[in-house]
This record gives sequence, structure tokens and C-alpha cells, in this order.
Amino acid sequence: MGPKKGNTGSAATATILALLLVLLTVLTVYIFAAKTWWFPPAINEIGKEIDQQFMRTLVITGIVFVLAQLGLAWAVFRYRARGQRATYSHGNNVMEVVWTLATAIMFIGLGILSQRTWAAVRIKPAPPEAMRIEVIGQQFKWSFRLPGPDGKFGKYKFEAHPEQEFTRDPWVVDADDPDGKDDIILGPGSVIAVRVNEPVELLIRSKDVTHSFFVRELRLKQDAVPGMTVPLQFTATVPGEYQVVCAELCGLGHHLMNTFLKVLSREDYAAWLKDMTAE
Amino acid sequence: MTTHAGAVHEHEAPKGFIRKYIFSLDHKVIGKQYICLALFSAFVGMFLSALMRLRLAWPAMKLPFFPDGILPEQYLALMTMHGTIMVFMVLTTAPQSGFGNYFLPLQIGAADMAFPVLNMLSFWTTFLSLVVLMAAFFVTGGAPLGGWTVYTPLSAIGEIAGPGQGLGMTLWVIAIAIFSGASLMGAINFIATTLDLRTRGLSLMRMPLTAWSWFITAAISLLAFGVLLAAGILLLLDRTAGTSFFIPGNLVLTEKVISHKGGSPILWQHLFWFFGHPEVYIAILPGMGVASHVLSTFSRKPVFGYRAMVFALSAIAFLGFIVWGHHMFVSGMSPYVAIAFSVLTMSIGVPSAIKTFNWLGTLWNGNIQFTTPMLFALGFVSLFVSGGLSGLFLAQPAVDQYLTDTYFVVAHFHLIMGVAAIFGMFTATYFWFPKVFGRMMNNTLGKLHFWLSFVGVYAIFMPMHFIGLAGHPRRYADTSGAPFLQALDPVHHFMTYAAFITIAAQFIFLFNLLWSIWKGEKAGINPWNATTLEWGVPSPPPHDNFAGHEPTVYRGPYEFSVPGVAEDFILQTTPPDKVVKS
Amino acid sequence: MPGVAITDELDILNAGGGPPANRGGGDWRREPGAFGRERRMYLTGVSVALAAILMFFMALASAYIVRKGTGSDWQPIEMPRILWLNTAVLVASSITVEVARRKLAQAGVAEFRNWWAITTALGMLFLGGQIVAWRVLADQGLFLATNPSSSFFYLLTASHGAHLLIGLFALLYVSIRAGRPDWRRRAIAAEGVAIYWHFLDGLWVFLLLLLNIGR
Repeated sequence: MGPKKGNTGSAATATILALLLVLLTVLTVYIFAAKTWWFPPAINEIGKEIDQQFMRTLVITGIVFVLAQLGLAWAVFRYRARGQRATYSHGNNVMEVVWTLATAIMFIGLGILSQRTWAAVRIKPAPPEAMRIEVIGQQFKWSFRLPGPDGKFGKYKFEAHPEQEFTRDPWVVDADDPDGKDDIILGPGSVIAVRVNEPVELLIRSKDVTHSFFVRELRLKQDAVPGMTVPLQFTATVPGEYQVVCAELCGLGHHLMNTFLKVLSREDYAAWLKDMTAE
Repeated sequence: MTTHAGAVHEHEAPKGFIRKYIFSLDHKVIGKQYICLALFSAFVGMFLSALMRLRLAWPAMKLPFFPDGILPEQYLALMTMHGTIMVFMVLTTAPQSGFGNYFLPLQIGAADMAFPVLNMLSFWTTFLSLVVLMAAFFVTGGAPLGGWTVYTPLSAIGEIAGPGQGLGMTLWVIAIAIFSGASLMGAINFIATTLDLRTRGLSLMRMPLTAWSWFITAAISLLAFGVLLAAGILLLLDRTAGTSFFIPGNLVLTEKVISHKGGSPILWQHLFWFFGHPEVYIAILPGMGVASHVLSTFSRKPVFGYRAMVFALSAIAFLGFIVWGHHMFVSGMSPYVAIAFSVLTMSIGVPSAIKTFNWLGTLWNGNIQFTTPMLFALGFVSLFVSGGLSGLFLAQPAVDQYLTDTYFVVAHFHLIMGVAAIFGMFTATYFWFPKVFGRMMNNTLGKLHFWLSFVGVYAIFMPMHFIGLAGHPRRYADTSGAPFLQALDPVHHFMTYAAFITIAAQFIFLFNLLWSIWKGEKAGINPWNATTLEWGVPSPPPHDNFAGHEPTVYRGPYEFSVPGVAEDFILQTTPPDKVVKS
Repeated sequence: MPGVAITDELDILNAGGGPPANRGGGDWRREPGAFGRERRMYLTGVSVALAAILMFFMALASAYIVRKGTGSDWQPIEMPRILWLNTAVLVASSITVEVARRKLAQAGVAEFRNWWAITTALGMLFLGGQIVAWRVLADQGLFLATNPSSSFFYLLTASHGAHLLIGLFALLYVSIRAGRPDWRRRAIAAEGVAIYWHFLDGLWVFLLLLLNIGR
């Protein structure tokens, strides 16, 4: 019985494989549970919701992972060749239906649950009082623009004159646009700041290729796509300085395209802004 | 379409070296040619990954050909070519066109594929695409940089966008376009063969799951590669003819204003991923087929839920075409569309789960023989579970906002493609080697290869989940950009050590493969006591497979341990009156 | 023997001198039933190839629709009037290829060859007309990269034209081999090429509508 050739192994093989699978399971669960390497703490409410959804997903996938890997380990050990004849069975339709339904409900349920959090940050519009900041990605630094006291962004030259062909950099605020007179430009490599507990809407753009604006603590990431302006809203609740990194391959400097997002109290922000505009 | 000689003609064995080994029309030779191409590509891809891991662990290390260390742009080019070569030249060739070409006709009782000349052309076109791709290493400007996904406009604007955007990128696009054509040729052949050349008694529901997986994979290829070809042509035109399909206006690079305007960078992503998502199912489905096949054979037990397995393969293939947006959640795409893609993507986990349950069900109450192919099939199941589950996080845009473009994604697709699918190929190799060469591969070396690889791949790719959770973006040449990244250096070192040990283990496999071709223990016609049609013909099979006879199939493909039968297996082709009762 | 559907045409062909005797050697492929299987195999191949070609054009069509919608620089071009003539020529060639195919079954090789040749001529006329259309655009200063509308026009017509050129080679190949005694191959080839030709006709009408509607 069984194959004619090919050393079919023995209890040793079965045991080692089963033990390896158990070890894999235990180690993986441990490292996740111990959060040895983990997200930095979230600094916004939506970030905390995202974390909760992540944990729900982790629990469900964790249970499936443990059951599957240990199930495999058990099957391999328990049903190793010991002279028994296998049971001739083509399957069990009832079980198929049951575990298919259970999986469908779990997975799709999890998916539907998660859309609320997504909609809250991406579909719900930013509140009208949100501080708007234009974020511009270019190889290999971030720049920013604040609308100034009038709250309006001036048009860039190419936006003011869409028909014109430019030979020099058209990403300069059009001199004739009154809205642009008080715009504050923070050039390439600048740090950006926001006020704590106040809503912010980033308007993310790119001057050359696709980049991606990523702040871990906000749990948010948005590609900076040339030709588009994509909004991203958040309200930071913990003051501090947070790394901004580029998360879409943009060339040889991709891994060095970073800056900081400062979350400041009203007073500190005012002081920061004064410093920026004084230059 | 023109008629051509071959196909249903009885072909006498060809004479002469060229007809026999180079421009052969024999599906068995063509299958071996594809496998050789994949083997070569796998070792090139592995070598590239070794260089990548060295760079990530010790960025300043000087190496031969890299006297100043690997520069960031060189790292990115290595990464691009690693991904391209592995996905296209390894995972899209051997599992389908390699093993499928060799064994589909045998398993369905045919003398050859439906269109042998087209088959031969499809291999040599693939070969041409590999040559063009490899040429990118050697031209001025070197290999392209952009990941295997070459997002626009970086890949569309040309040299002004930086290193790796010159001739090498153009060659990349041309190579992939040629490859698309070759894949379409292969898909046509597989579908016509499966539908029209099955022998007497072999209904579709009596086909082995390997044949099903090749058939369904061919259907996916058929519908996906045309889109990639179209996308490639548009990209080529943007690069060389001044069009602006993907390039918007008013871009400023190195202080020069680019003259293109009006194009949409996201359009590239839509077209690419419309192909790209089905592509990953092309990579894994044959591995699932062979895993089911081998798990049944060495549990001496029928596949648990054969019909459900066929359904699951079909559902995965179908759903695979309507989930591509999950690669684009933060791309600027509409958030409403993201929700639709998300729910569909979570659904695709269901047929995958069915398959996993059924694999376990096949083992349950079995009589498990731990041959080398069986070990790899078992490893496949474990790896598929590990790799598949991380997909559930990535399928939810709320959570994906953090995880996308981090190492969490790299972990996910490596476990599924770079390991599970590869284990599928190892399973196939160890299982079918005796049929192809008439000799067994060495057992001890096979087991050693398995243990080292199984532990090794987990050691390399599990930690990637964790650095991804810590927020480590992908496609970074090193960790120097931020302190939180530098804190993850010890993990990079660990993964690099694990990678080198695992890579070394693959040479055991290579040695075993080559040595056994000439020195392996003689195998005989059916060393595994398996049931499907290839195990009823000599090892290796004669030129026309069944020596002019049309085999008749009397039963399904997995009749193991049938009660009342002396042996614990019955060949599909054994007439009922010849089955020895116990 | 495995039951294989025999077409009406086959019966007629059989009546007129039928297939050669079994070549022997026990190879089941040479038995009469094998013709039906061979025919099915080639027609599956053609149909499946059409699905792949369709996906290619659908990708281009969707790119067209997206680009028209998003770019603010869409300037519709005027379709050269000869396109309508070309379309008529192509539709006519579809009719003639179908006539040719049927004549092969009923009346034999000579009539088939005539209608097949007319089809080939019409096909060449169509391609010639497409080149004229390109000339008309070039005279207006509209080239591949001039604007997105012209880009798509050239791309779509060139892609269709390339597939049509392959079809022309197929038509020529079949008419060259029509003199050979292998009636099976001729019948299958004529059927396969005719299906491909009809597909290209339908595809052209679709592309024309796409380029014209909602300009």
C-alpha cells in the first residue's frame, strides 16, 4: 500500500513537521500579541477606530491561522502512515455548506464593518472651519502652501492661464490673483505644523511624478498624483513631532523624501507661523 | 486564423537535433524548455534578491561590480528586475506552460496539444521576451527602475525623470508586450486542448484538478494579457511618440517643464491592475491544482469535495477580475468605488477558504506518506494560509491606508507568490520528475531541501509583517531616512541571514535535479502508485504519448483506498473487470 | 466511436468523394470521426482567440472613454468621410466571405475561389481606404501625438488594421492552399477565417461608433 518508491518517511518526519507548525503558530501569535514591533500610538480619533478594526481583523485572522496551522499539524501527525487504510470519502456537502457560510459571514461582515471607518475619513467632507494646507510632492522633498488670512489659495500660473504653454516653472502663484497675495509658501524640505484638536484638510498634489504622503501616527496615507488634487482630512489630538515619509516609489531619492508634521498648541502654532512668515 | 500542419496529424518522431530539441513541436520538449527558462530566471531573480538583501542589511558594503557599494538607484533597478523576472519569467511560465504543457495532454489522453506549431512559437516568443528583458541590464542607463508595476508618469516621461528611465525602461515595456503575446498563444492552446482533445470517458468532472487548474488559468490569461498588451502599447507611445495617455500637464522635472499634457496617471494603474490582479491568480492556481493532486495521492484518499474544488477555482478566477481596485485604495480613486472593490475582495477569501478546508479534509482519515513531493504540498498549504490571511487586512481600505506600500504588503505577496507558488513548483518537480526522466530524485537531498526551505522562507518573510506594522515603507534602498526605520535594522539583518541560508538550500535542489537526471534510481512506470493517465505510460513517455492507442477512462482521478479493492489505488484507465478485488 | 456531431456541409462533402481512407497505424485521429473533432478544435481556437483580441480592444476603448472624460484638452477631430466608404467595403467583404464559405460546401472549389478572391480584394481596398483616411488627417496637421483625440484615432485604426492585415494573410494562405486535395483542411480553414473576418467587421463598426458618438 502506498507508493512503491520514495522513502515515505516515518513518525519522525510527521512529528518534526507537526512540531514546526506548532512552533510557527506559537511564535507568530506571541510576536503579534506582545506587539514587539507595532504601530506607534495613534494621535487622532479615526486612527484609534482604525486600530480597533485592525484588532478585530487580527483576532479573526488569528483564530483562522491557529486553527488551520494546528489543524494541519494534527492531521499530519494523527494520520501518518501506520499501516492503516485511508477512509474512502469524496467529501461532505453539509460541512462544505457550513464552513463556506461561516467564512462568508465572517469575512464579508468584517469588510462591511470596516467601511464606516473608511467613509468617516474619506467620504464625509471636511468641516468648513478646517485649516486647509496644500501639500506638494516633488523629487525628493515636500513643500507646503498655506492660504493665509483670507483662507483662499491663489491660482498658480498654469491654473490662471490654462491655455498657455509654459517653458518656465508654472508652479508660481499668479501675480494678478488677489487670493494669492497672502499665500504662505513653505518651500521644498519644509516642516509643516497644525494646531492640536483642530480639523485640518490637506490638499495633496504633485509637481512631477506620483508620491505618497504618509504619517504613521495618523494611520493615513494618500498618493500625491500629478494632475490631481486629493483631499485628506484629520484632527490631531496629541501634540508632538511626527515623521512624514514618502510611500510611493518616485525615483532614487524615494527613501530620503521625508519631513515632519508638528502638532502644536494655539500659542506654539502662532509662534511657529510668525517664524515662517518672518523669513 | 490560418491552418497549419501538425495538430491532428499523426506526427512521426522528428529526426535531427534542431527538430528534436530546438524547434520541437512535442509538448513534452516544449514543457521542458519552459521549465528550463523558468529555472534560469529563478536563479537570476534569486541572485538579484541576494544583492537586494545585502544592500538593505549593509548599505555601504562594497561588492564586485559595485565598487562604491550598491547605489540607491541600482538597488531600485535590482528590485524592479527581481520582481519582473520572478513574476513573469518564473511564476507565469513554469507552473502553467512548463508543467501544464508536459502533463495536460498526458492527463487527458491526448497525443499532443491542439496546436503544436503555435505551442512551439509561444515558447520561442517567451524566450525572445526574456532576451529583451535581460538586455535592459546591459544598455546605457541600465535596467529600469519603477518596480514591476512601473507606475506612470515616472515610467512614461523618459530619462528626465531620473536614472532607470531610459532605454532600459523602453526595453522592459517591449519585453512585457512580447511576453503578453506569447501568453495569449499559450492560453488559446490550453483551452482548445482541454475542451476538444479529451479522450473517451474523460468528462470534465473526471479530469484531475491539475488539468482543471491549467484550464482555468488559461482562461484567466486569455482575458487578462490583452489588457496588459494594450497598456504597454499606450506606455510605449507616451515614451517614444509624444502622446499623453498617462502624463498630465505642467510637470516640472529638474526645472524643465514637460510638454505632455492631459493624461491620467491613474489610468495606467487601472489598466495594469486589471491585468495584474488576475495575474497573481495565474501564478497560484496551478500550484493549488498540483497541491490538491499530490495531497490526495499521498494521503491515499480521494480529494475532499472535488466539485467544491472545481467551483472554488472557478470562483477565484471570476472574482479575480473584479477586485483590481484594492491595489489603488489610496491612489486618488473614488472612495465609493473603493468600498465596492473592498467587499468583492473580502469575498474572494471565501473560495480560498473552501480550498484550505478541503485540503485538510483530504488529509483527515488518510494514510499519509511523507514523500518529498508530499512535504512540499503540505508546506504549500501552510504557506498559503499564512500568505492569504494577511490579504484580509489589505482588503479593507480603512486599514490599508496604513499598510499599503509598507513591508506588510511585501510579506503578503511573497508568502503567497514567492513561496507558496514556488512550493507548488517544487511539489510538481519532485512528483513528476520520475515520469519525465524515468528516474527518482534523491530522497535525502529532497527532504533536506524541504526542511531548510520551509523554515527559511518563514524566517525571511514573517518578519516583514512586523516591520510593515511599524510603518516601514517598501521600495526603500535603506533605512537612513528616519530614526524609526533605523530601529528596524536588526530585523533586516535577521532576514538577510535567513535569505542566504535559504538561497544556499536551493543549490541542493539544483544539484539533486541535475544529478538525478543521469544518476537517479530507476523509476519504472508508476513509482507513486498514482491514478491519473500519465502513470499508465512509460517513463519517459513515447513520442506520441499513448503509442497510437486512444486510452479509455473509466472513473474519476482520485480513486484511492476504494473498499473491496486489493490495492489502495485504481488507475483511471483500468477497466472495471480488471480491478483486483480484495 | 466517440459521438461527434457532423455538420451538414460535411455530409455534402462526403457525398462528393469524401475523405481519404483511414491512413492506418491505429492512430484514432485519422478515423472519419476525427474530422468533427478537428473542426471543433480549430473553431474553439479561433473563438477563444477572438475573446483575447476583444479584451485588447476593450482596454483601448476604456482608455479612450477615460481620457476623453478627464483631460480638459479634448478636441474632437472630424472623421474623414472616406471612413464610411471603407465601412461599406468591409461589410461587403463580410458578405462575400460568407458566400464563399457556403459555396465551398455546395458548389466546389472554383466558385469558392472567386468569392474568396473578391473578399481579399475588398479587404485590401479597405486597408487602402484607411491609409487614405490617415492622409486626410495628416493634411490637416493631425498626427499621432497632436492631441488625444487624434492619438486614439490613429491607435484604434492602426490596431484594427494590423489585425485585418493578419486576416488578409490568412485569406491569401487559404486561397493558395485551396488547390490541395485536403478537403477537410480547406473547409475548416475557410470557416475559421470567415469567423475571424466577421469579427473584425463587427469590431470596426463598434470602433467607428465609439469614435463618432458623443464627440
